[in-house]
Amino acid sequence: MNILITVQNPEIKSNVDPKFGRTPWFLKVNTDTKEWEAVANSAVHHSGGAGVAAAQFAIDQKVQAVISGDFGPNASSALRNASIKMIRFSPDVLTGEDALNKFLEGALEEFA
Amino acid sequence: MKPVKPIRIAVASGKGGTGKTTIATSLALSLADHTSVNFLDCDVEAPNAHLLLKPQFNAHQQAVTRIPEVLPDKCNLCGKCVEVCQFHALAKIGQKILVFPQLCHGCGSCTWNCPQEAIREKENPIGELQAGSAQSGAIRFAQGLLTIAEPMPTPIIRQLKKWQVLQDDAVTILDSPPGASCSVVETLRGSDFAILVTEPTPFGLHDLKQIVGILHDLKIPAGVVINRDGIGEPIIEEYLLQKNIPILMRIPFSSIYAAGIAAGKTLVEIEPDLKKNFLKLYDHIKQASGGEKSA
Repeated sequence: MNILITVQNPEIKSNVDPKFGRTPWFLKVNTDTKEWEAVANSAVHHSGGAGVAAAQFAIDQKVQAVISGDFGPNASSALRNASIKMIRFSPDVLTGEDALNKFLEGALEEFA
Repeated sequence: MKPVKPIRIAVASGKGGTGKTTIATSLALSLADHTSVNFLDCDVEAPNAHLLLKPQFNAHQQAVTRIPEVLPDKCNLCGKCVEVCQFHALAKIGQKILVFPQLCHGCGSCTWNCPQEAIREKENPIGELQAGSAQSGAIRFAQGLLTIAEPMPTPIIRQLKKWQVLQDDAVTILDSPPGASCSVVETLRGSDFAILVTEPTPFGLHDLKQIVGILHDLKIPAGVVINRDGIGEPIIEEYLLQKNIPILMRIPFSSIYAAGIAAGKTLVEIEPDLKKNFLKLYDHIKQASGGEKSA
């Protein structure tokens, strides 16, 4: 499956970014092949509605889960409606790679 | 003789807590002895002028924005509405379009651009307008009240300014919200003159500069009231001299004023002689804004 991870720089070893809507970069990762690509978040500088724009991006990318630090009310409403799983970093997740590995181990909690 | 169009005076500050409402209410009371006055409290997130002018409210109206409603039988999920919405108030999720009312600015772009005419606008309540009279009817008082947790004050201010309950032939005083954001611009728009209330502190000066910039763009003449005069350094004077903006009045830093205001009194109730100063200030405004203009 495909997932998105929010990160500060366009690298798998980059530090994660805790903000879903306002993260500078998304890592789109294929969890089967572990292939990844970085996509800039075009909503990062919007004055409002960044969460919905980021959720729309996730929906358009047809990912099945998004991993980030937190999800605002508008983003979580959109993602929930689209049945996309919202997963939160645990405190020991520092990099995109950590997030991917912990997610594959099933060690990360789902956002309710 | 042509009918006279009475002037609209906005009271703004940039920085919060400088005394906008203190000045606006005392100006209203000073003018009310001589002419009819509309008083609009445009600080719809925390209106407080009613505490000083004590109006009897007798008119209420719901304030609304118009938000899209997507008709599922007409919508073919083309996503044009999502694409044109600058505020990301719409998202296309699976087989439906989701609307986020709190992000919607009511601009109508989605309705206008929908090729299927599948969007209908519906009213979304965001607050209330309230009106009544104060000072035995000499002041027509109106305020907007944004519902707690609603994020958008501007539409209420717009409706408040157009509300039919206001008197046509009265001087209008608009008490602005603090800051220099959209709601302040909406309050100032259409005013003939702006009174800027500031205090002689670096914060007062910093925020005054922002509002002066806005007024320059809106082409509205302005003058300054220095409140808590006597504290700090003459930094406001230096700036105003440079910008050629007049000082209309100075209110000294006084524990008598502070105590009176804390007890719910206006400046002119604490010191009735100040009415003369407010009338002089009004004369200055009439001249600076081109007099009582012909409609």
